[in-house]
Amino acid sequence: MEIKLWINDKLIIDNVEPDTPMLEYLRDKGCYSIKRGCETSNCGLCTVWLEGKPILSCTLPLMRADGKHITTLEGLRKEAAEFGEFLADEGAEQCGFCNPGFIMNVLAMERDIENPSDDDIKEYLSGNLCRCTGYTGQFRAVKKYIAYKRGVKADE
Amino acid sequence: MLRCNDYIFAESLEEAYELNQKKNNVIVAGNGWLKLRKRQWGTVIDISRLCLDKITENDEEFRIGAMVCLSDIENHKELNDYTDGAVKESLRHIVGTQFRNCVTLGGSIFGRFGFSDVLSMFIVMDSYVELYKGGIVPMHEFAKMPYDDDILVSIIVKKKPLRLAYSSFRNQSTDFPVVTCAVAIGEDIITTAIGARPAKADIRTDGIDACRDLKDYAKKTAESFDYESNMRASAEYRRHIAEVLIKRTVEKIEVRYGNQIMDK
Repeated sequence: MEIKLWINDKLIIDNVEPDTPMLEYLRDKGCYSIKRGCETSNCGLCTVWLEGKPILSCTLPLMRADGKHITTLEGLRKEAAEFGEFLADEGAEQCGFCNPGFIMNVLAMERDIENPSDDDIKEYLSGNLCRCTGYTGQFRAVKKYIAYKRGVKADE
Repeated sequence: MLRCNDYIFAESLEEAYELNQKKNNVIVAGNGWLKLRKRQWGTVIDISRLCLDKITENDEEFRIGAMVCLSDIENHKELNDYTDGAVKESLRHIVGTQFRNCVTLGGSIFGRFGFSDVLSMFIVMDSYVELYKGGIVPMHEFAKMPYDDDILVSIIVKKKPLRLAYSSFRNQSTDFPVVTCAVAIGEDIITTAIGARPAKADIRTDGIDACRDLKDYAKKTAESFDYESNMRASAEYRRHIAEVLIKRTVEKIEVRYGNQIMDK
């Protein structure tokens, strides 16, 4: 089947099998940040944005992206690196396998919610599982990152 | 993983309905549950281009298209104002933001899943399911109907004056619920839904006087449902939790409205 979509603003017109999973397709296109975790829509490792909204690429069929824009971590390198430093400073990663999906969702939250409360943060990110850390490091990193971003925006 | 020979974007409900009459074809909504089935489908029918992703409102009702995703409902101000935030409460524990951006109300309701928070919430309201061929059916009747090849077009929620609250109990955050409970208090009746027993949500309706002795009402109502055991909880545990949830959910309404509980 023919599909036309944008991956990180690059137009792609392709022929695919009708049941090609979005996750597999994106990895085939070089977006190796996307990880296959649980395959039951629970872990958030495969998070990408579809038209700017975070979704699970293991769940939505690839064909649903026809005519739409997908953003992966590869398309947000600068912001991802910026937040990654906060994660590192807080010792918030161990194996790092969950990081790409987690970062994609944090960056989505930063756009979605102007001043997220602690509860907003926990709720928005509840679909990102980490089996190493216990989340407290990530939580500190997210709070400091949000405060930093708000400061940057206030200065602009 | 979703397996199919063909994938078609239906251009009309009639086309989707015709295609869906073939046993080997299936309609895909958010694909949250469908993808877990180990089956090779003939044609997967996508109805996402039929403008069913809108929530509309007039003086009498909300109409929620089948393809509206759960997060759009969760963040819909007017619907949450009408339900005192109960709808948001019923949705916010479901997996995570990304999942709720994928899965749809139509898929959740049509599936009539035994673990459904969504069905438990909507079944206590004055709500209806609009089926393409089957017409408009009350939600509590639809929940008991056998699965067929009709198409769910929209969910209608009548703006009947109700006091609403929702509670659920999970062993672990974002997991399937062990028990769900929704309560709607109208002018002279109280309706309680218990779901995830683990069976499709069902309702009990009583005169409002029944809940004046809340402890007794919670006990009798909880005992009127059947429960089963699975890996998450035993039947007896569920029955006990249901009793507690009924009491707490009615109390949420009492706290909010005090003596005005029945005077909306």
